[in-house]
Amino acid sequence: MSVFGKDKAAMRKFSASVPLPEFGESSFNEPKPLNLAKVAIVTTAALYREGGDGFELGDSDYHYETLPRHARDLTLGHHSVNFDRGGFAADINVVYPIDRLEELAEDDFIGGVAEKHYAFAGNQSPTVSEIRLDTGPLCAKEMLKEGVDVVLLTGT
Amino acid sequence: MREVAERTKVPRALHTDFPVGLSLGKPRDKQFQYEVLQAAFDLLEEPEGPVIREFPVSISSTGGEPLVCSLPPRMNTELHPAVDEAQGLKAAYDRAYQRNRRTSVGMKISAEQVPEALERFVRIVEGERWDEVGFPARSMYGTVHDIRTYYEELACELAEGPIGPWATEEWFYDGTEAGQIILKARRAMRDSDADQSIWFGLAPAGRE
Repeated sequence: MSVFGKDKAAMRKFSASVPLPEFGESSFNEPKPLNLAKVAIVTTAALYREGGDGFELGDSDYHYETLPRHARDLTLGHHSVNFDRGGFAADINVVYPIDRLEELAEDDFIGGVAEKHYAFAGNQSPTVSEIRLDTGPLCAKEMLKEGVDVVLLTGT
Repeated sequence: MREVAERTKVPRALHTDFPVGLSLGKPRDKQFQYEVLQAAFDLLEEPEGPVIREFPVSISSTGGEPLVCSLPPRMNTELHPAVDEAQGLKAAYDRAYQRNRRTSVGMKISAEQVPEALERFVRIVEGERWDEVGFPARSMYGTVHDIRTYYEELACELAEGPIGPWATEEWFYDGTEAGQIILKARRAMRDSDADQSIWFGLAPAGRE
């Protein structure tokens, strides 16, 4: 038997079976030029700062963590046994490319790096109603308050 | 997962055929990470959506270079090799922590508790019941998470060359005494009366 996390066909079958609500249409905006845009990262790697409470095991922790721009003492709260955690152990940027953003800002490729970034757990409820109606809008409001123009979404 | 992005009508998505856990593709490879970010930011030029673009480079989950990572010699032959090994690797774990100032060990146990936790798995392999070796209720999954993370973090400190997809996982379960004793304990629990929910998650699905 192949190891599940390495088997792309099995992963595709699994993703096709994930229950999802129907979305009639999606929002689509044209952002300001990238070299003028402030960029934030939102990740579903369930990152949190060392010593924090982190994320509960299971499918019922819908909160998000706020990650200050300077924070690198990050713990991977995605606890599943079925993915490669070695990449994050070697380099947080492979999941959370905060250092790359800083370098792109220094080169004026992007306008700036947000002071706050955000982490959710990827294992949301089947209706994703919590993130759609509660934590998602709250997080978006935080980013609008800070003047974020572009959001880079990353998972694990 | 491209299928999920399509079904949820994500406004702009870059589909990357990379192993799970590697969103930017290659750890410690700045140039490759820049290329992925450039491709993602290029989507901002799209006049309408939803749009999904394919990143032109794929990375396989299998067939990569194995991790080249030395293990310590036996220091205390009175200890089980897995326990001795974990103790012998503590200095490397500490160096990794000092360098990176971060760790994902701590879901259930600390780095200092790793040898003691392995001793409990040795006792399971030697025939003791899993619920009589001192694991608090529902703590075994998190304990193995921490043991594996301890090894994977120190491996990234000791390894020579790049860290390929799944290389630390394969090194841990196939190449270390700790990984082997956990797999043996998992089989012992499977073959006894232990509920599947107790032992199944101690290794990736599909591992024996």
